[in-house]
Amino acid sequence: MIEMRDVGFGYQGQAELLSDMNLSLQAGMFHFLTGPSGAGKTTLLRLCYGDLMPSSGRMSLFGEEPRSLDRDAVADLRRRVGVVHQDPQFLDHLPVAENIALPLTIAGEPVDMQAMRDLLGWVQLQGHARALPPSLSGGERQRAALARAVILSPDVVLADEPTGNLDWEMSMRLMQLLIELNKSGKTVLVATHDLNLIRATKAQVTARVLRISGGTLHLAGADL
Amino acid sequence: MGADLRTLNPIALWRGLFGSEVNGSDRIVPPTGFTAQLTLFSAGAMAFLAVFALALALATGRLAERWSSDLAGAVTIRVSAPAGEQEARVQSALQILRTTPGVGQPRQLPPEELAALLEPWFGPDMPVDALPMPALIDLPVESADFDPEGLRLRLEAEAPGSVLDDHTEWRRPLIAAAKRLKFLGIVSLILIAAASAAMITLAAKAALAANGQVIRVLRLIGARDLTIATAFVRRFTRRAAAGATVGTAAGMLGIAILPSAEQAGGFLTGLGFQGLGWLLPLTIPLVAAAVGFFATRWAALKMLEAVR
Ligand SMILES: Nc1ncnc2c1ncn2[C@@H]1O[C@H](COP(=O)(O)OP(=O)(O)O)[C@@H](O)[C@H]1O
Ligand SMILES: [Mg+2]
Repeated sequence: MIEMRDVGFGYQGQAELLSDMNLSLQAGMFHFLTGPSGAGKTTLLRLCYGDLMPSSGRMSLFGEEPRSLDRDAVADLRRRVGVVHQDPQFLDHLPVAENIALPLTIAGEPVDMQAMRDLLGWVQLQGHARALPPSLSGGERQRAALARAVILSPDVVLADEPTGNLDWEMSMRLMQLLIELNKSGKTVLVATHDLNLIRATKAQVTARVLRISGGTLHLAGADL
Repeated sequence: MGADLRTLNPIALWRGLFGSEVNGSDRIVPPTGFTAQLTLFSAGAMAFLAVFALALALATGRLAERWSSDLAGAVTIRVSAPAGEQEARVQSALQILRTTPGVGQPRQLPPEELAALLEPWFGPDMPVDALPMPALIDLPVESADFDPEGLRLRLEAEAPGSVLDDHTEWRRPLIAAAKRLKFLGIVSLILIAAASAAMITLAAKAALAANGQVIRVLRLIGARDLTIATAFVRRFTRRAAAGATVGTAAGMLGIAILPSAEQAGGFLTGLGFQGLGWLLPLTIPLVAAAVGFFATRWAALKMLEAVR
């Protein structure tokens, strides 16, 4: 579904940040993407949902070369990839429940109220359905973002440092949700620099660990 | 719903703009504060002005037409001569008039009609016959071929004593002025439409810029450009139409309560709508809605290009 062959990328006017990357997300697999801060984890994820275009190499998103996609096709692609951003943003004038339902709204699909309640229950935000996003705590924001990312039942869920601002307990709660998603058959890719988080997760689920170092992507050894 | 705004099928377009929203997709854009009032106000003010520009164009057009048709009506030739020679001079003038292009049969006014013309000036008891009266010849003008200046020169040369009395001559510059005013009225309408488009575009751009974060979030979760643009387009189109409706109504009311011609007389009271002409200003809100639609759509799609 997401494939890279010798992909390179550099921000405009800068030297190449990532080069010769080979990646093939395995369907139904739990993946970690790790590497020190500033290594390019966020950048790689942005390549995966058509927010950035590779500078070189071949890339395939659900069989499509991203550079050949027009704007509407990029929008459609993003409905197939659920993304939890590092610092998730919401429409602050709409209540949490409507924010979570937003992907349905813009796709012109009806909102199933029971499914909505189930989803809010799953991320434990029932009590915040009518609250406005600015009133949510960091952990609640991340869970709301996760609910929004999965409401269209995407094949892949990408999460960028989803536990970045959370304490350990809250981090594990969020990882639990991602593990459940993976167990229900979704392909998951979580970017994190936190090796403890990776170890704790690997105790519960088989995970492939990809590491960015020296400007390219490696499959990490069994020690992780 | 987005597809409705893409098409130019008027029914689908109408439903897309003014039909009930499908599951609240307009709410994706927060209330847009001052730009809402700005659009309402400028559409209203511009529509108000447009009513008067339209009235001016119509009224001056009517005036020019009426004066032109007066010109095409008839002219009078006055033949004065020493006693005894008049009949001969009248005959030679008639001879010239019969060979003048663009006119009908000349007709010499009989003495009774002359007397009737003079009566208001001298009273009924005046012995008109005793006065040395010029003869008057009525000449109907039938086509634009008629050249009053040419006839004047011919009469001067070939029928001394005969004078072309073109009493409509003074109106020619007025007709030119009326036509110019009509043209200026139309130019004003175009300028008003252009200024409205500029203002609505600015208001829409301000609203879009203020909602950069919203647009970015929507794009990131997979909103198509048209879906986002539509939320803005619907708002601004509705506002432009609503503002223009109020402005047009106020302008039409202002013109309806102008004093009527019987009370005041003169040129100014011609400034109004007549008969079916009253339907014309009703197109102003439609034009305003179209201006709002295209201006906002253009601004939104252009701004969206900068967001991946
Ligand atoms: N929009 C951008 N323009 C230019 N440079 C950027 C941009 N975003 C990130 N970078 C740079 O690219 C490098 C990798 O960033 P990022 O992908 O965010 O790393 P990570 O997520 O692994 O911490 C950093 O050096 C960062 O400064
Ligand atoms: Mg990052």
